Formats: sequence, structure tokens, C-alpha cells
Amino acid sequence: MTEVQPPAEPIVDLVDVVAVLGRFPALAGANLTVQPGEIVLLRGPNGAGKTTLLRLCAGLVPVTRGRAVVAGCDLTLDRAAVRCKVGLLGHASGLYGDLTVRENVQFWGATVGATADEVTASLERLGLAGRLADVAVQRLSAGQRRRTALACLVARRARLWLLDEPHAGLDAQGRDDLDATLRAAVGMGATVVVASHELERAGSLATRVVDVVAGQVHPVPGGSSPGSAAASGAGEPS
Amino acid sequence: MSVWRTARLVAAKDLRIERRSRVVTNQVLPFAGLVMVLFAFVLDSDAVLLRVAPGLIWLAAVFGLLVVVQRSFAVETADGALDALRVAGVDPAGVFLGKSFALATMLAVLELVLGALAIVLYGAETSPAGVVLFVTTLLPATCALAFIGTLYGGLAAGVKGRETLLPLLMFPVVAPVLIGATRATEAALDTSGVATSEGWPWVALLAVVAALFGVGGTLAFGSLVEE
Repeated sequence: MTEVQPPAEPIVDLVDVVAVLGRFPALAGANLTVQPGEIVLLRGPNGAGKTTLLRLCAGLVPVTRGRAVVAGCDLTLDRAAVRCKVGLLGHASGLYGDLTVRENVQFWGATVGATADEVTASLERLGLAGRLADVAVQRLSAGQRRRTALACLVARRARLWLLDEPHAGLDAQGRDDLDATLRAAVGMGATVVVASHELERAGSLATRVVDVVAGQVHPVPGGSSPGSAAASGAGEPS
Repeated sequence: MSVWRTARLVAAKDLRIERRSRVVTNQVLPFAGLVMVLFAFVLDSDAVLLRVAPGLIWLAAVFGLLVVVQRSFAVETADGALDALRVAGVDPAGVFLGKSFALATMLAVLELVLGALAIVLYGAETSPAGVVLFVTTLLPATCALAFIGTLYGGLAAGVKGRETLLPLLMFPVVAPVLIGATRATEAALDTSGVATSEGWPWVALLAVVAALFGVGGTLAFGSLVEE
């Protein structure tokens, strides 16, 4: 007799979520469910609420109304509890320019008790081991900085990666490396939610694509398998 | 991760950044020294200088504190590290204590140099009992200044125009520390005819202020940074 596995608990479960920033409802009844192991692409015009959605999932934006459970934490009760389980990479990298790549990864890894071996593994996974590890972050290119920030997420053992425009400022090689890193992260058990305007590239990476429009999340028809996003028009700016 | 481990991690990081950038050594120390020298030029008279030397030491220290606090939080906000610390769920009490410890270490170096400059430039003299009083004064005064600096630095960190806002917020609050430390130093350097023993009540006052801001800052820093 085959044992029926219960469906996995979604890592992101937002139901009718409203988030008001000042007087402006940045999210107006957003619904989104993300299963572990997915790479979900959020697409939409500027000001649609993509960044707010990511920051809300990271516990940085309060939930005004609705139900929001991320990584098993109810954000309406205690949004700080989710923070050690997620990694947010926004427009800023969160790095210390005077410290070297290795020292930055060590620092962020140490916040969750990462060992020296884990730090080294994080650096190797992002191609930052060797001479680059001992270079001050302020001397790095934009792509190298982004890779360093991702290495920090790996060292922090983040279960949910929330990435806001991760491809911005990267050259072709940097973008390929980033995509490989995200796929590897999913292979290690992470889940990735990406907000991006690089629709063709991010769309080919994503396992599912959703539209964010005026603070609401809409599924994209046929946008739930690898590569389908481009086919459904994800290559065109919305 | 415990508050103390977080504090140690943050303090080590801040001190390492200072060792690399040498902002305190190459900019703050010369700046504070320059303030002392300018006072010497402006006040001119040796008798006046000797009388006001304790106040000048602490005034220069507070100016130096302002620069060090601004630098300490510029490092956190330049590339969104303060936000990243929040996202990482790092205990804000540990961040407060760690940053305060690093700030206090840098400030202590600055104050020792300023004390030595006062002896050289202004001809201040002290007895062994005065040295003990001065060194003891440094401990609570430095802690109080570091706690206040970290608290208000965190408060101003996310605000537009923080460079001008910080002194406006911080200077009124450091007034009790400035007064207490100056009175204790006057007794230590014997510049206004008061006995060395009269400095100790001021040290006690400084300890109370340091304790108040230490506890208050540890409890309030999270809410301040969150907002």
C-alpha cells in the first residue's frame, strides 16, 4: 500500500493582505501561495507593489489586514520571528565596504552561528574563494558585490530568498552565475521569490510567474512551468 | 544568538572597520587636537586656559563623539546594512551594546589623547590621586557618551538631514555628562582650587547617567531602528 504524502506546507501564504504605507495602500488584497522549492517571478510595472510584497514577506512591512504566514510565522502576530528564516536582497547589498568579502560572509554567517567550513563553502559556491575573498568589498564590481551578498544569504542558511531586481547591474557572465546560484540554492532546499524587470531571463529561470498590478497578485496563464513565462508574454514589459 | 554574542560580533566588526579605515586615527584625533589648539590661540591667557582646560577636554571629546557616531552609522546605512541586520533578525539590544562598546573604545583613546594634550598645551598638573580620579571619570563618562551617541545615532540614522539633526538631538542630552565630567576633571587636575575628593560625587552622577542610558538604550534601540 502506498503512503499518501500530505501536501507540503506553503512557505509563503498570503490571503487578502493589505499593507498601507503612510496613507497609500501598497498592497490591496494580495493573495499569493509559494510552495517550498519554487522559483516565483513577480512581474509588474514600477509602483505595483512588488518591493512592498518582498519586504512584507521579510517582516519589514506590517500587515494592515489579511492573513500572512511566511516560513511558518504568522506575520500579523510577530513579524520579527520570520526574519532569521528569510534573506532579502534589495537594491542595497547590506555589505560593509571596508571589510573583505570573506569578513562580510563571516559576519553575516556568524549571526546564525555558521562555522568556518560553512563560510568557505558559501564563498566557493559563489566563486568567491581564492584571491577575491580577501579583497575589500568597496573595490568590487557591482556583479561581484551581488555575488558576495548572495554568499551571505547562503552562509545565513536563509530558507526563503527574496530578491528585488537581482540581475540589475550584472554583465552577461554575472547573470549566468546568478541564475546558476539560484538554481543551486533551490537544490539545497531554498525557495526563491524574485521581482524583476529582466523578464526574459528571470522568466526562463522561474518555475512560476505572477503579475503584481495595483497591489494585487494575479496568476499568469501558462506561467507555471520552466520557460513558460517567456511564451506567455513575460518577455514584454507589463 | 544571545545578546552578548551579538554585541561581541558587532563590536568586533566596528573595530575592524575602524582599523581598516583609520577614520578615528587620521581624522577625529587631529580634528579634536585642532579644537584644543584653536582654543589655546583664542583664549591666549595661560591662567584662563588652565582654568577652563577640563571643560575644553570634554567639549573637544563631544565634538569628536559627533564625528565618530556619524561615521559609525554611515557605515551601517551606506549599503543598507542596518536594514539587513533587521532582516537577519539580529537582536537590536546586541547591536546597541556592540556599537556602544566599539564607540566607547574609540572615545577612550580620544579622551586620553585630549587629556595628555591639555597637560602639554595648557600646562595642567595633577597629583597621583588626581590621575586616579581622572582615569575613573573616563569610565562612566565614556560609557554615558557612547550609549547616548549610539541611541541618538540610531534614531537619526534613517532620517533625512541626519548630519544636522544628530547634534541638535544629542547635544542637549550630553549636557549632564559634560558638566559632571568637567567638574570631576577640575578636581582631578586641580584647576579651580577644589579638592580631589570633591570630584567623586560627580563620578557617581556620571555612573547613574551611564546606567540610565545603557538600560534605556538597550530596551529602546529596537523600536527606534524599527521605526
